[in-house]
Amino acid sequence: MNIAVLLKQTFDTEAKIEIAGGAINKKGVGLIINPYDEYAVEEALKLKEKNGGEVTIISAGADTPDAMRQALAMGADKAISVEDPALAGGDEYTTAVVLAKAVSTIPYDLVLAGWREGSAQVAVRVAEELGLPHINVVTKLDIDGGKATATRDIEGGNEIVEVPVPAVITAQKGLNEPRYPSMKGIMQAKKKPIQKLSLGDLGLSADQVAAKVKVQSYFLPSAKAAGKIIGGEAPQAAAELARLLREEANAI
Amino acid sequence: MAKGILVFAEVKDGKVKNVAFEMLSAGRKIAGQTGDELAAVLIGKGVAGLAGSLAEYGADKIYVAEDDKLAQYTTDAYSKVLADLIKETDPATVLLGCTVLGRDLAAKTAQKVKAGLLSDCIAIDVEGGGLVFTRPVYSGKALLKAGVPESSPAMATIRPNVLTAEPAAGKGEVVNYAVNLDASDLRQVIKDVILQVSSRPELTEANVIVSGGRGVKGPEGFKVLEDLADVLGGAVGASRACVDAGWIGQNLQVGQTGKVVSPTLYFACGISGAIQHMAGMSSSKCIVAINKDEEAAIFKAADYGIVGDLFEVVPILTEEIKKVIAK
Repeated sequence: MNIAVLLKQTFDTEAKIEIAGGAINKKGVGLIINPYDEYAVEEALKLKEKNGGEVTIISAGADTPDAMRQALAMGADKAISVEDPALAGGDEYTTAVVLAKAVSTIPYDLVLAGWREGSAQVAVRVAEELGLPHINVVTKLDIDGGKATATRDIEGGNEIVEVPVPAVITAQKGLNEPRYPSMKGIMQAKKKPIQKLSLGDLGLSADQVAAKVKVQSYFLPSAKAAGKIIGGEAPQAAAELARLLREEANAI
Repeated sequence: MAKGILVFAEVKDGKVKNVAFEMLSAGRKIAGQTGDELAAVLIGKGVAGLAGSLAEYGADKIYVAEDDKLAQYTTDAYSKVLADLIKETDPATVLLGCTVLGRDLAAKTAQKVKAGLLSDCIAIDVEGGGLVFTRPVYSGKALLKAGVPESSPAMATIRPNVLTAEPAAGKGEVVNYAVNLDASDLRQVIKDVILQVSSRPELTEANVIVSGGRGVKGPEGFKVLEDLADVLGGAVGASRACVDAGWIGQNLQVGQTGKVVSPTLYFACGISGAIQHMAGMSSSKCIVAINKDEEAAIFKAADYGIVGDLFEVVPILTEEIKKVIAK
């Protein structure tokens, strides 16, 4: 079974965000693999261990993500990195069209991705672009007899959905426990191939993938005024809090 | 040229979700400035009777798309119907609630109609004749303002509980929309649905949330939080630490890898206030922190704080709130 895994890297959660001239200052910000993508990589590796085949990591952006080496160190076989300056101003539409084209360059039976990459759009858009069914926000996956059966989160519970493969499956926390790359895996990853493609290599022009969304500005949320610490012993403090919630905050 | 606003009205348990009314109220204000028509769409089976409630919140036109194949939500069926409706009626703006269903439907539909889609928006404004959407990015550490130029439909999902629903009658013309679904459109088959029975509201729609963190110490520790939540008709939530420790289900996790909530009142009990948790609750209107550690970061985000043991403070607070409510 050949599996394509869509990968994105994102700002380290602890990173301090700075804005210069209405744009995010990306210099010096630590980048990590999108946490949900780790579940997708792990699931692909488990399916490969069971069924054989190849796991290909696919990404699109302005340059090669370091996170790609991490996925290769976990055990993925190879990677495709679509890199083009035109992608720097892209949106979810752009990324989806490019990733779908890149996926189409390899034989695949399944496409896996993290369910959320910031906006929870790209993998679903890729499914539409490839004409494939998808199952979103998956916590359990079985592939058997040309079908994918998955348990997915819905509001207030779960549902079990079946689709024919090939299909796009998006991973939610709980699907598995992602492995840590072994030292051997890290060494081997350095030799694994990363194929670099431009938009032109995929037969796409910058116009075809132009962003639909026009960003106007980034700004920081206004700082919150300091809250009130209610002192005193617990009974007095709790009574005072209840009063403030009613009379001042109008919240109860 | 594309014109008008279309609101997708999500139906759950035979009722329109509140976020649809919130979006209609926002749409009504925009329409007042731009002269746009405000339409809503109901998709499902046996949903026509809900059209009246959409008119009460300002819908001029309500499309009703009913079919046996729409009795249960599948992305394939619903996105086909919504995309067909968008292509036929050519709205400039399409709004959906940022719910589990809304996110899924919006992304699929957006790619079908080649639309720009802004996710999890917390404000919509009219600027220079066009609509500008505000959405949090990087775990809420920054905000982004963006629009979609006229060349394609502007789609957005709106975070529930952020905009205010206010009744304002619209024309309420009901239009039955003929559904065109082939078997080939429907590849997703729902085999089973397992719903957790809870007397408490869903986290993303709750007006009050009482959340616990590491300070809750174990699954039993949530009892005092449940009692407080029940007095206020609220939901119970948790930080990631509690979920990872197996004290509570993942469906109740608030934060970056859980649910994003914006209730009127959020109690953070025994929660230190890691950035990952803040990402899920910082848009709450009033935040109360109860923590033994006076240095805890959560106090910086809180409107009110009590430094103390939650097991001592919360039960007394529950009784005091009962008294205030009874007044």
